[in-house]
Amino acid sequence: MRELTALLAVTIVATATLAVGAFGLRVSRTTSDFFVASRRVGPFLNASAIGGEYLSAASFLGVAGLVLLRGVDMLWYPIGWTAGYLLLLVFVAAPLRRSGAYTLPDFAEFRVESQAARQVASWLVCLIGALYLVPQFQGAGLTLSAITGAPTWVGAALVAFVVLVNVAAGGMRSVTLVQAFQYWIKLCALLVPALLLWLAWHHHGSPSHHLHSSDWVEPLRGPHATYLTYSLILATFLGTMGLPHVVVRFYTNHDGTSARRTTLGVLAMLSMFYLLPTAYGALGRVYASDLIGSGRTDSVVLELPERVLGGTGATLLTALLGAGAFAAFLSTSSGLVVSVSGVLSQDVLSRRFDSVTGFRIGGVVAAGGALVLAEGTQGLPVAHAVELAFAVAASTFCPLLLLGIWWRGLTALGAMAGMVGGGILSGTAVVAVMVGVHATGWAGALLAQPALLTVPVAFMTMVGVSLADRARVPLHVGRAMVRLHLPETVDVDRGSYAPMS
Amino acid sequence: MSDEPIARVRITSPRTRAARSRTRRSNAAEIDALTRLGEVYVQSLMRAQLRLAGYVVLLLAASIGLLPVVFQLLPVSHVHLLGIPLPWLLLGVAVYPWLLGLAWWYVRRAERNEAAFVDLVEHREDPA
Repeated sequence: MRELTALLAVTIVATATLAVGAFGLRVSRTTSDFFVASRRVGPFLNASAIGGEYLSAASFLGVAGLVLLRGVDMLWYPIGWTAGYLLLLVFVAAPLRRSGAYTLPDFAEFRVESQAARQVASWLVCLIGALYLVPQFQGAGLTLSAITGAPTWVGAALVAFVVLVNVAAGGMRSVTLVQAFQYWIKLCALLVPALLLWLAWHHHGSPSHHLHSSDWVEPLRGPHATYLTYSLILATFLGTMGLPHVVVRFYTNHDGTSARRTTLGVLAMLSMFYLLPTAYGALGRVYASDLIGSGRTDSVVLELPERVLGGTGATLLTALLGAGAFAAFLSTSSGLVVSVSGVLSQDVLSRRFDSVTGFRIGGVVAAGGALVLAEGTQGLPVAHAVELAFAVAASTFCPLLLLGIWWRGLTALGAMAGMVGGGILSGTAVVAVMVGVHATGWAGALLAQPALLTVPVAFMTMVGVSLADRARVPLHVGRAMVRLHLPETVDVDRGSYAPMS
Repeated sequence: MSDEPIARVRITSPRTRAARSRTRRSNAAEIDALTRLGEVYVQSLMRAQLRLAGYVVLLLAASIGLLPVVFQLLPVSHVHLLGIPLPWLLLGVAVYPWLLGLAWWYVRRAERNEAAFVDLVEHREDPA
């Protein structure tokens, strides 16, 4: 009965997504509907859409699991994922919209006027996209197995299938309204059970066993905790602006001013959402602490209703949570696969295939590759895998965006050197974690949270090489700065750059 | 004294309306031509916005950024508010309205900076 209800809920979400994809095929096939949307979509809807695409498996399941496992220090994850939008707001949002760039490789090409820099950025989009996709697929496998007992690959394959059908149909890309709904579905799917669970906990006399162990309740108790915390802060605060599926959404804003207001809206929506995982983590400590021993902390959100309430109510709530979780996997995976396959088709496959075929092949490569990786790296906590993607983004695209927008001296060579250097350093840590290297002491801390080292190195490389190469500052940097910073109401020449479509 | 006829010299004054309108360009045109003056205008806006962004980052670093150090140095874990340990209350709840407040303040100031820039650039186009 429980399995059936949950399965029904997941099927409804998957079918609805497929139906929307099929509908999207008819109404919107090209990037140009972003232009159409840009005239009609207001900041509120846009902010909901960004929230819908952004809140992934890591937010829906992973944070609660980490809080259950490791306590108060893990609250920095949701803080970082929210504060990242504050830094995006103050440094990037309006200029990025004004640049007219549709993707990060577009921005690299526009700003440093180099096809080679564009290529480097394209490969990085693929790398970050794949890193971010893996935990989505893992989360899907875990969810389906927790609520129905199916083997983990079934859920992962289901999400990959739905996303691929969507990408092949060309849907999802433009459906701002659907992504916006996804946010509210996710919020309700987490909020309603949380309230009921809290009431039940109160009814049980507010039990608090396991809540007082000092390792869990007090901050910074583990080895290297201060380093790890600051490194996590740096990665998440600076990584958000470099996520490929986030950047694309800024294009649907009408102008720089509305890009800022949209970002403010995103901050408000994330702030509401991220109050909830903490509650699940803490309740999990009371009712489901055995999950720590069995290594299944990521499924705490899904298991709580059954343990706290039982009966039909629990069945319905589990189904609701499962549906919300699948909404999270599907929306984030779709956004990522679309971004990655767009880049693959444009910059890697365009010489051999026409754009539509290239786009589809790109989608298959992206989703297939991530699926294989997801099966190969089971056991890595979902939220930590996502955090590594943030570390890579913070060590590559963050310096590109910050220096590109605010410093005239950036050259193509400098940008490439910084992206490659930061990418290799942070990528090494990612590979080490994925293949299961268990270093101890400082090496272990560095591999677990590389950002505090790799981000400054990437910045210094980009600045240093640009200074050495200053004879080759891009020709049109003056015009680029006019375009990036001047409000749209001032009637000036903004150059002729237009992204490939 | 030679007998050569003195070449006629035409003397014009630059202080005529026609001459002045030819040399004085609008600020938008200065920006379009990327003249020194045009660049100064663009840079003034960039500096104002970057300074504002810097304030936000400073406020962020001095508040949320210092929390780990505070937790390390002060025994705040034993302080309870509403039955919840202070670090949990700060990290789980209080940071979010603060982030939102900073963002709201930034958006207002950034829009004001841009409005001031638009005034500056377009005001001088009017005949003084």
